[in-house]
Amino acid sequence: MQMRTTDTTGRREVAAPASTSHEARRRALRARRLRRGWVALGLVVPAAAFYAAFVLRPLALTVQYSFYKWNGVTASTFVGLDNYRRLTQSSETLGSIGNALQLIIYFSFVPVLLGLLTAATIRKFATSRLALASRTVLFLPQVIPLVAAGIMWTWLLASDGLVNELLRGIGLGGVTRAWLGDTSTALPAVGVIGAWVALGLCMLLLLAGMTKIDPSLYEAARIDGAGAVREFFAITLPSVRQEIGVCVTVTIIAALAAFDIVYISTQGGPANSTLVPGLEIYYLGFFSRQVGQASALAVVFMALVLAVVLPIQRLTRED
Amino acid sequence: MSRTTAHPRRAVAAASLCLAGILTVTACSAPGGGTSDEPASTAGGSTDTADWTCGTEDVTLSAYVETGFPLAGKLFDEFSKQYPNVKFDVREDQFAVLTQNAPRVLADNPPDLMRLPQVSELAKDGLLYDLDDAATALGWDEWPASQLEQMRVDADGRRGNGPLYAQGLNYSMTGIFYNKELAAQIGMTTPPETLAELDEWMQKAKDAGITPMAQFNGGATGGLAFPLQGLMASYGDPGMINAWTFQQPGASIDTESNLKAAEHLQKWVEAGYFADDVNALDYSMMMSRFIDGKSLFIFNGDWESGNLDTQMPGKVGFFLVPPSQAGGKVGAMSAPLTYGISAKAEHPQCAAFFLDWIATNDEARTIAVEVGGSHPMGPSDAFMPEVDGDSVTAQTLAAGATIAKDNGSMEFIANATGAIYAKSWTPNLQKLVDGGQDAKGLLEAVQKDYESEIGG
Repeated sequence: MQMRTTDTTGRREVAAPASTSHEARRRALRARRLRRGWVALGLVVPAAAFYAAFVLRPLALTVQYSFYKWNGVTASTFVGLDNYRRLTQSSETLGSIGNALQLIIYFSFVPVLLGLLTAATIRKFATSRLALASRTVLFLPQVIPLVAAGIMWTWLLASDGLVNELLRGIGLGGVTRAWLGDTSTALPAVGVIGAWVALGLCMLLLLAGMTKIDPSLYEAARIDGAGAVREFFAITLPSVRQEIGVCVTVTIIAALAAFDIVYISTQGGPANSTLVPGLEIYYLGFFSRQVGQASALAVVFMALVLAVVLPIQRLTRED
Repeated sequence: MSRTTAHPRRAVAAASLCLAGILTVTACSAPGGGTSDEPASTAGGSTDTADWTCGTEDVTLSAYVETGFPLAGKLFDEFSKQYPNVKFDVREDQFAVLTQNAPRVLADNPPDLMRLPQVSELAKDGLLYDLDDAATALGWDEWPASQLEQMRVDADGRRGNGPLYAQGLNYSMTGIFYNKELAAQIGMTTPPETLAELDEWMQKAKDAGITPMAQFNGGATGGLAFPLQGLMASYGDPGMINAWTFQQPGASIDTESNLKAAEHLQKWVEAGYFADDVNALDYSMMMSRFIDGKSLFIFNGDWESGNLDTQMPGKVGFFLVPPSQAGGKVGAMSAPLTYGISAKAEHPQCAAFFLDWIATNDEARTIAVEVGGSHPMGPSDAFMPEVDGDSVTAQTLAAGATIAKDNGSMEFIANATGAIYAKSWTPNLQKLVDGGQDAKGLLEAVQKDYESEIGG
């Protein structure tokens, strides 16, 4: 605390009048903070109320339903952990989780790797018109609704679709098939659709990360005699670690929560080869009318998503 | 971000407090029970015909119907013309959406008329209006019993017996459509009379480079269930198949004659009679290939008769799946276009009167045939509109008469339970196509899923 004195000039009005005690100031400050707190709270409440009503409440209800046997309409019976036990015994459900994990390769790893590659390439001619064009083209799939993407790719991958026509054109008629209708190729084919959609997002995010790298780093590296590859691994890659983290997280969640693309292109078929948990929850809830069982799978599935995503968050966090 | 990380403990505490609050609010009561299991009231229990009308006051019937099929709309228009005090408030959705929504809509937002999926679970849950009194009052009891038995449900949710819970706008018939021009190319001028003949024609078509059958079997709709059930009726007794579909005690799909049928289907698969991308074909792709002349046969129902008469007039023939022995009995999947009334509907009497009118009014019966393409409900000697003898519609109607004579009408095996089609028939039929399943395994797997679903 600084001592305020009224000197001869008497001009130090900035200083608190001597009568104002230290206590009063603190009270005023608290009042102001409280007022600000109320305002802040007022601003948060509408959003928080919606969040509670449409996210937290359903979440809590799902957990609750998972302990009941319920058809969605008539009275339910409490069954404890029975629904969870049945999940572990269903080869179909376990298969769907396996499929979702496999989709991570196509929905996440492929677009992140390709995104890095394209972003690093585009960065080199960042200001040219070609860069703008390729950025736009690669980002375009993000703008298209997933349902439309699914329908379009269903046509492209059909037995007489463009993909097969191209293969026949280059003399690979032997490998043509109905890509989405073959149990061995349906899941990778669905993966191609997901990769196509996710590539644009990853590329743009990584490119944004790369533009903020200090150019002098590259200059220094070049003086030290580093080539393009060395430059990429020594400077570009470590600098966009956080962006990679975001890309991987977002795309892994998209892979695990995949529903629309699969629903449109294969509906889980043929022979459950593309069945994913999202679809299985939907079938259990709305066709089998086992709301409890569907909720149990949803809870397990949420835990699985967190178990996969949280370590990645930790890994890529900047210290 | 920084705020929450700065006070992680406080954030966690707040979050858990919040969650605990929500849990206390929601977790107090068990879900469901809003609607009771008790049977709904039955319209004052009247069997007097005079009580089952739309009266003279203005009435608006709320209807929830399937989109893409103009039949219901045409019937509504005609009814409003004849009974100007009745109006319709119509909501439309795709059948898959109707299937998902049915229980909740019937409970929370009760329509007077609704296009229904399989009714057993809905009836068992007390969501549908009991139409027994209407049946007595309006004389539905005198119709051929087989027309209504699929919509009768007993207290255990088994179909075939018990109170009537729905009515049909018409009833459809399935069999094999063929492209007459492609048939002529391979020398087929009359429909085959035995399964062996059918096999021969398919082989001839294949040899001539024509796809014998571009049946749909992709996604969640295993269309090979159509030929499979046709074959089942050729090898065995349709009554036994119905017993299974209606969940009668002890019924099994894994029988000797069904095994023969499934093996026959497997033979077709292995001989390459289906399109090579059969597991990627959906219903609309099948239709467009057939209409484009890229498939000799398709298994389908008479709901497409009107469409095919418009798109390929005079070029399409229809026959029922032939018997395994010449002159044997035939069967076909035949099902009413089911409409029900919610147990909580506002105007059940008027809705029931409308359903009766469809089956008994000459104008309505004409619409049922011309727009719907299928046979109207009602007494067997009722009025029938004239149809062009060369049309597919005429052929499917004639086939309907044969089925009635042979008592061969069957409910679709895919409707045995709510999930048996998407979760059991479809994946197993798709495996049959790609070699991952054989005929015996197919029937065993479906029977196992069936038991776990109706038992659990």
